[in-house]
Amino acid sequence: MENIGSTLTLSEARKKLKKEQQQLLKKRFFSNYSMVIGLVIVIFLMLLSFVGPYLTSYGPLDLEVNNRLQAPNADHLLGTDNFGRDLLTRIVYGARASISVGLSIAIITSIIGLAIGLYASYYKRLDQILMRICDGLMAIPGILLAIALMAALGPKVENVIIALSIVFTPYVARIVRSAALVVREQTYIEAMKAQGASSTRIIWLHVAPNVLSPLIVQATFIFADSIITEAALSFLGAGIPAPAPSWGNILYDGKLVIFNAWWMTVFPGLLIIIAVIGLNSMGDGLRDIMDPHYKKVTKKRSKAVKGKEEVA
Amino acid sequence: MSDVLLDIKNLKTHFYTETGHVTAVNGVSFNVKKGEIVGVVGESGCGKSVMSQTILRLFEEGTVEYEGEINFNGRNLLKLNKRQINKVRGNDISMIFQDPLSTLNPVHTVGRQIAESIILHQNASKKEAEEKAIELLRLVGIPSPEKRAKEYPHNLSGGMRQRAMIAVALACRPKLLIADEPTTALDVTIQAQILDLMNNLNEELDMGIIFITHDLGVVADLCSRVVVMYLGEIVEEASIEELFDRPLHPYTQGLIKSIPQLDGDRSAMLHTIEGTVPPLTRVPKGCRFAARCPFADEKCVASAPPVTEYTATQKVKCWHFEKILKNQEGIADVHTYS
Repeated sequence: MENIGSTLTLSEARKKLKKEQQQLLKKRFFSNYSMVIGLVIVIFLMLLSFVGPYLTSYGPLDLEVNNRLQAPNADHLLGTDNFGRDLLTRIVYGARASISVGLSIAIITSIIGLAIGLYASYYKRLDQILMRICDGLMAIPGILLAIALMAALGPKVENVIIALSIVFTPYVARIVRSAALVVREQTYIEAMKAQGASSTRIIWLHVAPNVLSPLIVQATFIFADSIITEAALSFLGAGIPAPAPSWGNILYDGKLVIFNAWWMTVFPGLLIIIAVIGLNSMGDGLRDIMDPHYKKVTKKRSKAVKGKEEVA
Repeated sequence: MSDVLLDIKNLKTHFYTETGHVTAVNGVSFNVKKGEIVGVVGESGCGKSVMSQTILRLFEEGTVEYEGEINFNGRNLLKLNKRQINKVRGNDISMIFQDPLSTLNPVHTVGRQIAESIILHQNASKKEAEEKAIELLRLVGIPSPEKRAKEYPHNLSGGMRQRAMIAVALACRPKLLIADEPTTALDVTIQAQILDLMNNLNEELDMGIIFITHDLGVVADLCSRVVVMYLGEIVEEASIEELFDRPLHPYTQGLIKSIPQLDGDRSAMLHTIEGTVPPLTRVPKGCRFAARCPFADEKCVASAPPVTEYTATQKVKCWHFEKILKNQEGIADVHTYS
């Protein structure tokens, strides 16, 4: 085909093709509602946690003893808590804590889980050892394990991250391992072996890129999970230590005055719900986009029959 | 006669599986000379692929045990340690696989994958390796290689992918290429192109090729010598002319008779070899082919036949090959296939 026609039309045709491909990608992206909704929420949360603190007129620890437990009003948009601290400010700072804890846990578990999963899939004997350890960790309910670890490590933000990373790493390792086991049996891995590549090279250069998409999807779910678990830990008093705001802490304070000050439990609770819904739906969307074999995609398409006809 | 490149002596490959001990390759001996194309034929499950992967020791250590010798350039490959065998793989001996659709990693560009082999074995920078990769793509006859090198495997057709795979295998100019059914997954026209390519490369680069296939037509086209395998053993080894003119082993005969003839009688049934290959866990005691052989008698069932050298280039493992030979002269020439 390329030989027909002059080079000018050829380059034009290529440009057109590229444009079409981009449009198709855009279409595919925006037709994926859960992805779009999730992404909007996540971006909103990111902005809230990283830009928000500069926009609030109060500090998270500023006490206004006269204005304790005020209902939402013009001065304090979401009201104040039992120490007279501005609730909006605390929620914004709490968002920063929750998001950064969740993000760090997602990143740390991804890296460690990736390494464990890859090596477990490649070496049979190591697999037995690593996976039994993971099984052991998974057998204990996550929150219980986290509380135990926090009790051992002491209440500190870093320790929350360490504890929850230990809790969630086995879930990532499992996913990576099962994906890597499939890749490992592919002919191209054997072909690389026949070309004389070392095991380390095969594992990191040839297997790892093939398991990235399930890993990324799992990481977003871990992100959401760790936000919930961190809030739960703080709520139980085993998370981020007291004066520093986190969504769980605010809920904990609000629990004491739940009949007098509904706003202290409703707003942080709402944000946790929004954050988790956002992250989960982004994870769902990512899975639809990244895994072409996933069945849900076709289901959605049947809803938009018109779009299908256009494509055909 | 040119010198011997690869000399396999009494090679055995044992697997230890849950169902028991299996010897997939049982006492195989043959050699490949420099620049020679040797065909290995046999039906599915006869140990062709296992043998080829044994040469490079591709099986996972611990589940498999090798016996015998694989001498390559004076070194026994079975005695090398992990790092030494990694140096041989891809550099001295390369391999191409059956299914071109899955032999290239979908996440790397074609050029990158060819460059990978070069980086592995030669002290080349990434840029040099990528330039060499483009040269290799040109060598295997891929049009506009500069562009193709930047593309991913899914952009290429099956035939092109197999060419790219051959380019990967040739990256370090190996002395021996093991082709494990490289044309089975391709359609006939592409198959012919790939065979031509391999023929040309064999002449240009003077590299030995072990060509594994179950297609006798391909063998006739390409190889100068043929090894016929059955159930982990070599039953006959012959030059290409001898094999088609005067097959000595009943199994070889059966294979040749089973080739559909274009000018044959269409209403007649195709010739088949009765029965199937027995599982390796239940190998017969005597001649392994006895149960399916039309010439078999008590002797065959009782004890395995020795390898007899009929001529300098033709060896056969059968008790009755002389009888078979006599029989054959009576029948019309089997060699209608070319």
